[in-house]
Amino acid sequence: MFDPLYATDGESFRPVRQMMEGLVGFKPGTADVEPKLAESWTNSADGLTWNFKIRQGVTFHDGTKLDAAAVCYNLDRMYSQTGAGATQAQYWADNMGGFKGQKDDAGKDVPSLYKSCTADGDTAVVKISAYTSKFPALLGLPSFSIQSPTALKKYDANNVQASGEAFTYPAYAMEHPTGTGPMQFGKYDKTNGVIELDRYDGYWGDKATVSKILFKVIPDETARKQALQAGTIDGYDLPNPADWDSLKADYNLLIRPAFNILYLGIDMKNNPALKDLKVRQAIAYALNRKDFVASQLPEGATVALNNYPDTVDGWTKDVEPYDYNPDKAKQLLTEAGQTNLTLNFWWPTEVSRPYMPDPKSVFTAFSADLQAVGIKLNVTSKPWNGGYLDGVEANKPDLFFLGWTGDYNTPDNFLGGSLALNNPENRFDTGSQPWGKTLASEVAAADAEPDTAKRNAMYVELNKKLASEYLPDIPISSSPPALVLAKNVTGVVASPLTDEDYAHAVIGQK
Amino acid sequence: MVGLTKKKERIDQLAASSATAVVDPTDVESSGGSILADAWRRLRVSPVFWIGAVIISVFVLIAIFADVIAPHDPGELLLRSQTRLARNQLAPPQPGFPLGGDQLGRDLFSRLVIGSRQTLLVGVFATLIGFTGGLILGTLAGAFGGKVDTVVMRLVDVLLSIPSLLLAISIAALFANPSQTSVIIAVSVVQIPVFARLLRGQMLAQRESDHVLAARALGVKRAPIVFRHMLPNSLSPVIVQATLVVAISIIDAAALSFLGLGSQSVKVPEWGQMLGEAQQKIDSYPHLAFWPAGCIIVVALGFTLLGESLREALDPKNRR
Amino acid sequence: MLRYIVRRLIQLVVVMFVLSLLLFLWLRSLPGGPDSAICGERCTPDQRVAMRHALGMDQPIWVQYFKYMGRVFTGNFGYSSGVEPGTPAIEVFLHRLPATIELTIGALIFAIVLGIPLGYFAARRKGGIFDNLGIISSLVGIAIPVFFLAYLLKFVFAVKLGWLPDSGRQSTDLAQPATRVTGFFVLDGLITREWDASWDAFRHLILPSIALGTIPFAVIFRITRSSVIDVQNEDYVRTAEAKGLTTQVIRRRHILRNAMLPVVTVTGLQVGALLAGAVLTETVFAYPGLGQATAIAFQLRDFAVLQVLVLASAATYTLVNLVVDLSYALIDPRIRTR
Repeated sequence: MFDPLYATDGESFRPVRQMMEGLVGFKPGTADVEPKLAESWTNSADGLTWNFKIRQGVTFHDGTKLDAAAVCYNLDRMYSQTGAGATQAQYWADNMGGFKGQKDDAGKDVPSLYKSCTADGDTAVVKISAYTSKFPALLGLPSFSIQSPTALKKYDANNVQASGEAFTYPAYAMEHPTGTGPMQFGKYDKTNGVIELDRYDGYWGDKATVSKILFKVIPDETARKQALQAGTIDGYDLPNPADWDSLKADYNLLIRPAFNILYLGIDMKNNPALKDLKVRQAIAYALNRKDFVASQLPEGATVALNNYPDTVDGWTKDVEPYDYNPDKAKQLLTEAGQTNLTLNFWWPTEVSRPYMPDPKSVFTAFSADLQAVGIKLNVTSKPWNGGYLDGVEANKPDLFFLGWTGDYNTPDNFLGGSLALNNPENRFDTGSQPWGKTLASEVAAADAEPDTAKRNAMYVELNKKLASEYLPDIPISSSPPALVLAKNVTGVVASPLTDEDYAHAVIGQK
Repeated sequence: MVGLTKKKERIDQLAASSATAVVDPTDVESSGGSILADAWRRLRVSPVFWIGAVIISVFVLIAIFADVIAPHDPGELLLRSQTRLARNQLAPPQPGFPLGGDQLGRDLFSRLVIGSRQTLLVGVFATLIGFTGGLILGTLAGAFGGKVDTVVMRLVDVLLSIPSLLLAISIAALFANPSQTSVIIAVSVVQIPVFARLLRGQMLAQRESDHVLAARALGVKRAPIVFRHMLPNSLSPVIVQATLVVAISIIDAAALSFLGLGSQSVKVPEWGQMLGEAQQKIDSYPHLAFWPAGCIIVVALGFTLLGESLREALDPKNRR
Repeated sequence: MLRYIVRRLIQLVVVMFVLSLLLFLWLRSLPGGPDSAICGERCTPDQRVAMRHALGMDQPIWVQYFKYMGRVFTGNFGYSSGVEPGTPAIEVFLHRLPATIELTIGALIFAIVLGIPLGYFAARRKGGIFDNLGIISSLVGIAIPVFFLAYLLKFVFAVKLGWLPDSGRQSTDLAQPATRVTGFFVLDGLITREWDASWDAFRHLILPSIALGTIPFAVIFRITRSSVIDVQNEDYVRTAEAKGLTTQVIRRRHILRNAMLPVVTVTGLQVGALLAGAVLTETVFAYPGLGQATAIAFQLRDFAVLQVLVLASAATYTLVNLVVDLSYALIDPRIRTR
């Protein structure tokens, strides 16, 4: 399935990023916005009207020309998703809100950030309904790549259907994804699990230096490493931190900037003791995050102070740090009258995320810490897809691990998008707290502030309050994910957004 | 299951051959005694038996006295400060820690010692449950025959028709919270049909045997016949099978752990689980995988050797 | 004979029907589901509800089952939600089937080619060093967890020595892409005279076949050994010896042929074990077959694919056993004349 509008996982986006481009892109190795298919842009003072000047001389892989009309066709197509297509277009729903004509249960229109797009010569004029700090960065998400209108129509791209417990996709998504990138779709060899991309010679920028990229599916982590060692593959993504040191000697280990966050969530819904800030603080003091980061996480990993990594705006070190202090934790528990506290602690199995390479070791370390200060634990482990995520969203555990890898460089992507603190009914149940509504409006207000300096100051304030007054979760760490390539493969720049360009890799002699 | 005729036949044959051996001479009591003595005579000189017996005894002793032998709490992160995973650094062997620390800084030696307990538990309980389940089904089918037999055996055939590991995986996955118990149940259910068929074959052979016919002619009730005559005489091939099943259970449990369906307890170590966790780090830290793997192989081998030597010793063909 | 085959095929259909119902209920009683796998950590609670609704998972289970059966009768076995999203489940099965058959045949050949001669020689020199070595290695073979053996083999022969490929079914850097005819890579190369491709596919099969074939090897070795020992002591062999027949003739005509019966039976039984072992072996060798698909489908709760895979492998297993029964008849003259 190669239509990025319907994709949500990194595995799908990896080939898409070589084949397609958005209006804006990100500077290699950073999460900062740079021009891509839009050469430049201006916006009205209220931040509601955006004029994107479309780059000239760009052609899609099917030979058709990119123009402002094609851009608007794409945005309108995304906005007009219905039925199964709307269910699948999750990045749109997460970032833009509703679809055209979409009603909620009460029959009201679901608000959408996107209003309209009109082509005016070589300019695409995009109107949005409210100012947000995320715009236009969110247009750089791979899901919002600009695809060939001709191919989209010809291969019936919107025809996504639900059949049984699965979605079916049209020929466009399966066999004819058509973008503007340096590589074009070759074929998908299902028998071998290999996706083949070929160089697109009509690319507007620097032509790809490689003639072919093959993406091979190897589900087992050790098998990936052994395939690299045996020379079967030229590189693989997300090597286990435990292997970094041994890989470094013989391979190019590219370490991405840590653009993620792992946190211990506190769900205040079921256990009244957790409604007491002192108890939540005691939990924070009990965790030996420093030792955990040093012993289990790769170099470059840091103990998290805020709810997002330090490269994101509004980050501040002036927050309550909660340095490891088991005595203080015990004292706080005594003050709160909770010396005999039992908590339901959940952790996930069958999963490895960039922010949490090995959930079991995370759990082992912190469960030992909590028990050391006298908190009793009722442990539940569930498969990630087999009940863990469902349970966490249904407010079942008291304590749980979760995290997030940033989509782009804005605080709201973490605080609003991932933690959902702008919605009182979240997995921490902040809505049940006297301060829940305040927090939600503070998060929303910061996101809606058009003035950059003011906005950042608001986030600094918010981060301080999150640590000292609200504490719905305890940020644990930001951990850099890596990418490993054979020694003779150079020229790939590691990106915090996993937005790597393999088309311009340089293959030297072995 | 229709294609299972041969699997069934083989189990039935095994049952029948040893059954006839037990009841061949009409005087059951004395012949039973002589068979055991006979078997023991052959076992005593069998190196295979002794190797197996020694391995198992050592293993069981370690498991029983694990608390005394293990120098540390297997769950405590004692060597965490010496553990730097990303720098390829684990706590090395040192006084008090003969094998060093594991990936989290826990004492590897203590984990192996305490882990023997779980492995023994899996082996023994899986076998016991499999045996008991098989005993109930097999006795029902064998003792009553007719419709009961048909119904029970159809059920058994359904279970036999699914490849055993797939069945175990399916059962293990049903548990929302995977644990040692779910592993034991998954591994044991797979063995129930095997035991059931074996016992039923035995019982059928016994039903037609002279001493049961004689007892029935004398007016002895059904229950005493089943429990005093038929069951005891059916057990010898079952015991052989049970010994082998201990080994199979231990290996199957390890496979479940490898697939992430094993015990997720972070407090109680288990060899299969340790091997499964070390798997992903096998070439950075091979010893983390080799120790538990070696333990599993040696213990499974021990039970297999014992089972094989018992089978040889009890095999009527060897008495010619 | 024909009637016998037809009767067993009808039985097969009935069993499949019952199994499909059980399977359907079992999958839906598992914790989690495809909705959760598709959502990942991204979905908000509202989106989760919408997703379940879109996938029809909020309906009563019996409604879901009847809808499923309705689709099955129109030849629609559902679509993959995780293994190969959007691909018909039956297609996932079909294009992975040759891979697993090839691997299974490889494992069986390894087991038979090694197991039968070694078993035979061990029996001829019963109690000798060779016999004891054989017994011990077969016991160790049974005691090693398959996945551990697979990693070891790969580590030594692919990573350290570099003699054999470590993963997959074919190299990606073949001079020219191999033509596909049957989906059996070794055979395809022979048909199209692309010897390179055939040789390449063969090399990819060696390590997984050994890993997967070790347990069948051990079983076949032991059953051959013990049945040759039995047959050697049979009266007809002794008679033949007394008649003065040459050793060659006795071996071929009497010992081997009669000893083969139980060997064939056990070999058939091993096929089921191979299907299960393939889950582990294919995972370790990133071998794109049914076993790997099973493991992934399980993790991603890909219901449609699991349904097709389990039903198909139960059917395959049953059919293989039918073939074994028939070949039994070919070997044993007594059954043939019946």
